[in-house]
Amino acid sequence: MNTKIHSKPDFSITFPVDQVGIEDRVARFNTRSIKKDSKKFALKLALSMVDLTTLEGMDSPGKVRQLCYKAMHPHESLADIPSVAAVCVYPSFVAVAKEALRGSGVKVASVATAFPSGHATLKAKIDEVTYVVNEGADEIDMVISRGAFFRGDYNFVFDEIAAIKEACGSAHLKVILETGELQTLDNVRKASDIAMYAGADFIKTSTGKIVPAATQPVTQVMLEAIRDFYFKTGIMIGMKPAGGIREAKKALNYLVMVKETLGSDWLNPDMFRFGASTLANDLLMQIVKMETGNYQSADYFSND
Amino acid sequence: MITDKDIQKKQRLDFTSAWTYDPAPESSDHVTISDKYDLFIGGKFVEPVSGTYFATVSPSTEKKLADVAEAGEKDVDNAVKAARTAYDTYWKKMSGRDRGKYIYRIARMIQERAREFAVIESMDGGKPIRESRDVDVPLAAAHYFYYAGWADKLDYAFPGRKTQPRGVAGQIIPWNFPLLMAAWKIAPALATGNTVVLKPAETTPLTSLKLAELIRDADLPPGVVNIITGAGQTGSAIVNHPGVDKIAFTGSTQVGKLIQKSLAGTGKPYTLELGGKAANIVFEDAALDQAVEGIVNGIFFNQGHVCCAGSRLFVQEGIADALIGKLKDRMETLIVGDPLDKNTDIGAINSRAQLDTINGYIETGLNEGADIYQCKCDLPSSGYWVKPTLLTGVSQSHRVVQEEIFGPVLTIQTFRTPAEVIEKANNTPYGLSGGIWTDKGAKIFKISTKIRSGVVWANTFNKFDPTSPFGGYKESGMGREGGLHGLLPYVELI
Repeated sequence: MNTKIHSKPDFSITFPVDQVGIEDRVARFNTRSIKKDSKKFALKLALSMVDLTTLEGMDSPGKVRQLCYKAMHPHESLADIPSVAAVCVYPSFVAVAKEALRGSGVKVASVATAFPSGHATLKAKIDEVTYVVNEGADEIDMVISRGAFFRGDYNFVFDEIAAIKEACGSAHLKVILETGELQTLDNVRKASDIAMYAGADFIKTSTGKIVPAATQPVTQVMLEAIRDFYFKTGIMIGMKPAGGIREAKKALNYLVMVKETLGSDWLNPDMFRFGASTLANDLLMQIVKMETGNYQSADYFSND
Repeated sequence: MITDKDIQKKQRLDFTSAWTYDPAPESSDHVTISDKYDLFIGGKFVEPVSGTYFATVSPSTEKKLADVAEAGEKDVDNAVKAARTAYDTYWKKMSGRDRGKYIYRIARMIQERAREFAVIESMDGGKPIRESRDVDVPLAAAHYFYYAGWADKLDYAFPGRKTQPRGVAGQIIPWNFPLLMAAWKIAPALATGNTVVLKPAETTPLTSLKLAELIRDADLPPGVVNIITGAGQTGSAIVNHPGVDKIAFTGSTQVGKLIQKSLAGTGKPYTLELGGKAANIVFEDAALDQAVEGIVNGIFFNQGHVCCAGSRLFVQEGIADALIGKLKDRMETLIVGDPLDKNTDIGAINSRAQLDTINGYIETGLNEGADIYQCKCDLPSSGYWVKPTLLTGVSQSHRVVQEEIFGPVLTIQTFRTPAEVIEKANNTPYGLSGGIWTDKGAKIFKISTKIRSGVVWANTFNKFDPTSPFGGYKESGMGREGGLHGLLPYVELI
């Protein structure tokens, strides 16, 4: 059989998505009531899925090292607390993070490709990716060229992702769609499809630099795109909502969406991540509350 | 780029192994249900002259919740007399503004006691608390709010005409949405200046009796609303009582026809809200994942005990396999069980009798050669339950396609062209509702105008609003409830 069932679809054809239906679905997910052991399990699962992130102009090696320690030891006063999934930094801090996290199992992710705007030449982007891969990054978070997307040059967007994927080598590629700029759910679906067919290992909502960042409706559209892609190709693509998820309760809402849309195979840090910096402490606070019965002051949780 | 070697064998999704939800039961501690309920006549609870009581049970546990009075002919007569007295003494003399004040009060008190009503509705009727809390009770309150607003504006409702109340309205409601159907009946009747004798269904009387307590607490003039319980005999006594000026009935087509026969020649006006067998039509250009959600909502909402349920699914042939695959996956995420658990999607079948009817239809479908798919979920050991069910490989000639099952059973047929699906959708004695799923606006208008039913939803299903009229074509009933149209059956235009 030589038919390529995965052959690239015509991205100029818009895949129908109904916004009202998506919002209804999300509202229904949010009525799920997560209690007792299932809550404890989910809080720890969510913590293990966090990509602890610092992406600021004022980042320094010291700050990155502190964050790495937090990633490996989120809350030492309690046993059985998992480490987070990864630390996400700018390219110049990859080596620092790699060193700090050595042997811990916590991955180093780096944004690249002229993050966050993506306005640079393909050569500059590939050079940047090659640099961070050589520095030891396990995961690359690239941004798509939204300008090209909006002018309808979907092949340009596709080819760029494919080229970056090649430059990644064995590093995992997360493709940031910047859904806050794409704005419509039709665009979100289209960009998700382009990214997956071009070779993304993960699709990711946002850079965190644009408001709104991750939202549930956008995430639901992306999860459904991942599901359709899986049914067509058998390939499991990961999902990372990033930015704007600050509360444990919200994180559980997202896990419910993953569970009921894609199922158990996606409920692990290999297939689902939260891009967040403040979420970890709220998860910890809720875990401690579940263990001890009392809420503790925010001062009992480290701010790295 | 993906290469051929990346392609693995497609597998079904697994929804259970990694993480399941713990029970999250809504507390029923705050609810008080008496051992015995009398008839609410003339503003107080009175023992039935008949002297008989019957039990109402929880369909999820099969345990008795309370004994409820059975109104005999004499009791019906007393209720009608109380309503007549209240009409002559208070209600027809009262200004619209003052009537509105009482109806607003009922609306607000339902909101205040929302949790209690929701819990009792789920205990007595078996529907999931998610629905009674998020749909039944808020919509019931919304109906009172809406019609309260009409009470002092009736002079503007029908341009150039004045309205006059009909008098005593006899109202008989079904067991699928007890509190909500009471609202659909009582609110417009009171707003237009009529008084009411209402009979809830014998399997779900408790929220109506709680509503009686609320109406008493709201200080409505005695006899303006009378709520009496009983089965078919009681309903028949209301229909045939000469002192009743108007009949409003929601229930089965079979009983609707009996009511029509009884009322023929009496000149008594009536509205009937009867059965349905709605066509839910999915075109190949629809947003499939959202259509799946609409299909689930259309047939599995309230265990399929919905007269406007989307019980006949028509799928364009080219997308049938993809859509049915998605639908089956979605069904595996439905949680069937304890109605009071906040995560329950599908509750208990309302009664033993209805359970037998549904199972009978599933058997009929299988005997007629249908293919069956049911959720793999476990069912509780006691109570009345049916797994969400798909019947495929069926045609217009199958009984399961023709007759109303009133349970979580969906028949699936395919079609090729718009003309074909319009013909099939209308090829039924019913005409209550319908649904269309397409991304193309023009197609929505073209198809919906050709579907002969009272409501046609586009890219959604089972959405209700008090401002929107609701009612059936053909054997699905006559008259409209809701909206401006819902005032008309309760007034004479002069």
